[in-house]
Amino acid sequence: MGWYIGRRLLQMVPVFFGATLLIYALVFLLPGDPILALFGERPASPAAVAELRDRYNLDEPFIVQYLLFIKGIFTLDFGESFSGRPVIEQLAEAFPVTIKLALIALAIEAVFGIAFGFLAGLRRGGLFDSTVLFLSLVVIGIPVFVLGFTAQYLFGVKWGVVDPTVGGDPSFTELLLPGAVLGALSFAYVLRLTRNSVAEALSADHVRTATAKGLARPRVVTVHVLRNSLIPVVTFLGADLGALMGGALVTEGIFNVPGVGRLLYQAVIRSEGPTVVSVVTVLVLVYLLANLVVDLLYAVLDPRIRYV
Amino acid sequence: MSETTVRPGQEHYVAPLDTTPLAAVDAVDESTPSASLWGDAWKQLRRRPLFIVPSLIIVLLVVVALFPSLFTSVNPRYQELARALEGGSQGHPLGFTRLGTDVYARLVHGARASISVGLLTTAIVVVVGGVVGALAGFFGGWIDALLSRLVDMFFALPLILGAIVMLQALQGRNVWTVALTLSLFGWPQVARIMRSSVLQVRGNEYVTAAKSLGLGRFSTLARHVLPNALGPVIVIATISLGTFIAAEATLSFLGIGLPSSVVSWGGDISNAVPSVRTDPWILLWPSIALSVTVLSFLMLGDALRDALDPKGRTR
Amino acid sequence: MTEPTPTTAARPVDVAAPLLQVRDLHVDFTSGGKPVHAVRGVDLSVYPGQTVAVVGESGSGKSTSAQAVIGLLPGNGRVVGGQILFDGQDIAHASKKEFVALRGRHIGLVPQDPMSNLNPVWSIGFQIREALEANGLAKGAAAKKRTVELLEEAGLGDAARRAKQYPHEFSGGMRQRALIAIGLSSRPRLLIADEPTSALDVTVQRQILDHLDTLTAEMGTAVLLITHDLGLAAERAEHLVVMYKGQVVESGPALEILQRPQHPYTQRLVSAAPSLASRRLESVHRAEVVEHARAEAVHVHEQAVEGAHAAVEGDTATTNVIEVRNLVKEFHLRGSGLRGETLRAVDDVSFSVRRGTTTAVVGESGSGKSTVAQMVLSLLPATSGSVLFDGVDLTELDRRELFRFRRRVQPIFQNPYGSLDPSWSIFRTVEEPLRVHGVGDAKSREARVRDLLEKVSLPASALRRFPNELSGGQRQRVAIARALALNPEVVVCDEAVSALDVLVQGQILTLLNDLQAELGLTYLFITHDLAVVRQIADDVVVMEKGKLVESATTDEVFESPKQAYTKALLEAIPGGSIRLGA
Repeated sequence: MGWYIGRRLLQMVPVFFGATLLIYALVFLLPGDPILALFGERPASPAAVAELRDRYNLDEPFIVQYLLFIKGIFTLDFGESFSGRPVIEQLAEAFPVTIKLALIALAIEAVFGIAFGFLAGLRRGGLFDSTVLFLSLVVIGIPVFVLGFTAQYLFGVKWGVVDPTVGGDPSFTELLLPGAVLGALSFAYVLRLTRNSVAEALSADHVRTATAKGLARPRVVTVHVLRNSLIPVVTFLGADLGALMGGALVTEGIFNVPGVGRLLYQAVIRSEGPTVVSVVTVLVLVYLLANLVVDLLYAVLDPRIRYV
Repeated sequence: MSETTVRPGQEHYVAPLDTTPLAAVDAVDESTPSASLWGDAWKQLRRRPLFIVPSLIIVLLVVVALFPSLFTSVNPRYQELARALEGGSQGHPLGFTRLGTDVYARLVHGARASISVGLLTTAIVVVVGGVVGALAGFFGGWIDALLSRLVDMFFALPLILGAIVMLQALQGRNVWTVALTLSLFGWPQVARIMRSSVLQVRGNEYVTAAKSLGLGRFSTLARHVLPNALGPVIVIATISLGTFIAAEATLSFLGIGLPSSVVSWGGDISNAVPSVRTDPWILLWPSIALSVTVLSFLMLGDALRDALDPKGRTR
Repeated sequence: MTEPTPTTAARPVDVAAPLLQVRDLHVDFTSGGKPVHAVRGVDLSVYPGQTVAVVGESGSGKSTSAQAVIGLLPGNGRVVGGQILFDGQDIAHASKKEFVALRGRHIGLVPQDPMSNLNPVWSIGFQIREALEANGLAKGAAAKKRTVELLEEAGLGDAARRAKQYPHEFSGGMRQRALIAIGLSSRPRLLIADEPTSALDVTVQRQILDHLDTLTAEMGTAVLLITHDLGLAAERAEHLVVMYKGQVVESGPALEILQRPQHPYTQRLVSAAPSLASRRLESVHRAEVVEHARAEAVHVHEQAVEGAHAAVEGDTATTNVIEVRNLVKEFHLRGSGLRGETLRAVDDVSFSVRRGTTTAVVGESGSGKSTVAQMVLSLLPATSGSVLFDGVDLTELDRRELFRFRRRVQPIFQNPYGSLDPSWSIFRTVEEPLRVHGVGDAKSREARVRDLLEKVSLPASALRRFPNELSGGQRQRVAIARALALNPEVVVCDEAVSALDVLVQGQILTLLNDLQAELGLTYLFITHDLAVVRQIADDVVVMEKGKLVESATTDEVFESPKQAYTKALLEAIPGGSIRLGA
């Protein structure tokens, strides 16, 4: 297993540098003045432009710029937003909220996704299965901002069950609705994934052998079917935790949750280029880290990997 | 083997010949009409509602996108500020937006943006991802190692995040730039699927048989490997088409996708947000149009998977 | 179905009541909305402690009948008629609960494929313990102790450590032993063994069956053995049931059926069973054909030499069409370390193939036999050593010469489902070699394809069909037609008949043999099955773990094998010891 982890870590190094280089190049190598581009459609004051040229070392060759940018990442120096606050400070404030939100979303998608998927997979081709499959497709089909506004309107405005926006320091119950919206898409994926792997495992030879041993049906479907089906599902959930952080962009924007997503949302709306680059870089790092954790998780769950 | 006494019910029994007539060993069944794999898939598909319904919707959408004037004569950009947020009336079945434009006309004209971004992006992604994936899977070795790391790099950037960074820095946004941006972060998925599909096909003995005929490597790839590896790619391309349409709408909604001069569902949804509490229906119509479009492609992809991709079957 | 009619004079002596009695069993499957009658009126009985074998080809309904007995029919199958009396009680329509009580404790199962029948995520010990606990035989520490005993009993050394391991750490044979331990863990009175060893190498197969025999004899367990192998069935069972298309065509004492088969199907089966065949298949006038082929070969060779390569002229080139000299192939395995390991798949192998004859390369899995075939086909470069084709070293061929070589040596592969491109029609498939090599025009190519199909006895209507519409044997015939399209001199058959049912296998072997006689072909025949070798080969090369063990003529190998390994292989042929009556 040591070699397996080592190999994964080694593979991650070029990916890390490649991905960060990609982000950096997208902003600073595209045609046009990158500084003006960073300001988007806002008027740029000469002082601010000079400050940014200096900050992004634009007078240095590209590769030096990039290396200094990487150095910034490792020293947690992400610069300041236009309001003058260090980005790292804003990130430190926003991250706990987003993590809370992402965990709520993860819990919702895991519990409901696995439960529904398991039941559907056990009765493949039945009415429940067909219904659930179709509904999950509908959930995937509705873009998250449409879902967000619909939920906000119905629960927040029309029925008044919850406060339509969150704001401030959100409590657990306040985050429940945004969490559900955030987790909805992945819920549908988890459901379909679970359903397919349960249905497949159900027809596996070893499951028939387990039945032939004299095991009762509940034990067969939990110990032998569900346990095996969970391997791809759990790894999906791990990778999703990383993706949810990025996906929180729209959800947090709609519900005004003061997390990383809203930070990014507002930076995008206000065309704050440097902040966008910094936050996206951090999110990509989180995503890569989550993928690494998944690889480890995989090794723990599947004995065939454990000894490689 | 020792002679044992024969027990009741185990005496030597021979079935009368007429109960089981002996067939010739391994005769070809000539009774059924012949059918290719694609023919079989088509036969299976054309009876399934999961295929028929989304196909009809998509055909309709394409017609709307190509000839919007067939469906409305109202200019989607014409503002009647006095009638802003007014409900449906004669000639304006769905009422007016916050800016006094006709909701129905905008709905009809918005289809073009979504469909063209979706189709363009998918076409680019399939070509680029398909070529990279096919080369990596078929040739293996260092080519595979190199291309796979490249795919990993792009894969580390989630579609929306990558697109935000790029569009943020890009000037002059239009259907082409949005499609190119989405393609830049969308191709790795196709590449991965193509690679694994090619890897699977490559292991088949008919590929080895082609090699021992003296068929060149590229000819083998083109004639034997690609046609058989295409199924999963067609499926993912269909589903991606839906995802790209949703992504474009999300970007337009965030204000960094298509500019406001282009009529698009995402932009209309964004414009309707401020009045969501008082007049939710303005937000409702483009949302429904968008969701139905995306859902149609997803459903079609699901149906195609059942018919083409033996591994990912849902049924 | 009529009552069984006794044809022997033996008066039955009442011993005990049968443990299992299947009466007029009917099983239907629904596929595509239509019922398929998989089992139609099967009668059979098994007495306590007795071994009964059900023999049949794939699709004969033998496995379905067994599945009905243990209540494990697939979701779309159900018993639609008849009785299954287990210990006097009809269980044909028993409830799920009743079956849970029966399975394991009263009826055990040893399944077919050891690779897929153990759950990969649980340890072997867990999977045995679970059976003990479910059947209420032991719990906790006692169950653990019992698990180790059971593994020892199944013939696994170091059982305590083995119990903690996972299936992927076991070889196929070891897994099958673990499955036997599971099947017998709760001491059932009836054990259903469904092709228990067909996925294993012959020598391992023999050990495992011997062990299973000993165990069931000791415990007095009755065995219902499901197999496609008539020889194996006759060797292991006292009572045989032969099934064909869902019906029992003949049943009775094993030896009697083997020696005096009455039903035409059984007769066909007995005469085709490779393990029982004693001689090489003979085609018209082989000697003349071989002579003719040699003359032809000299001619072809002269032309070839004129054509391009100044080969080493000599006698060997005309008699030995292929010479393998000190061939070595090493593979680098990606192991856990940085460097990985090197596997010597083929280790210093030399042999030659005479023109117009068949040389069989025999070995078990991992013997390197297929790797040799790949190098002879020049699909894989040798690490060292050389393959000489018609006196010319394959490694020295340039691209154009290699292309010409491909025309003269063609392969036929094992897997009938993977050897034809599923998206190409049969016509395109068989025509492809002609096109690649630019032979003739469209019209003459079509004529040639038709001619080839006729040679392999396929109707012309098959031209427009696609591989998925043909059976395994038919696809293999298409593969033969494709291989013959370019009039090759040598055909390399890599396990070409291994995946086929015995009757179809016999048919393909006869076809290959007739084609050899007709066209003067040379075959290099790669196989794991010595029984097949006897039917087709003139010379035999025996390989074990990459090394050449013995090489001689087929008669020599079968009559006086020199090496212990060859002897072990020969002894392992199921039913090889049974003498057939006149």
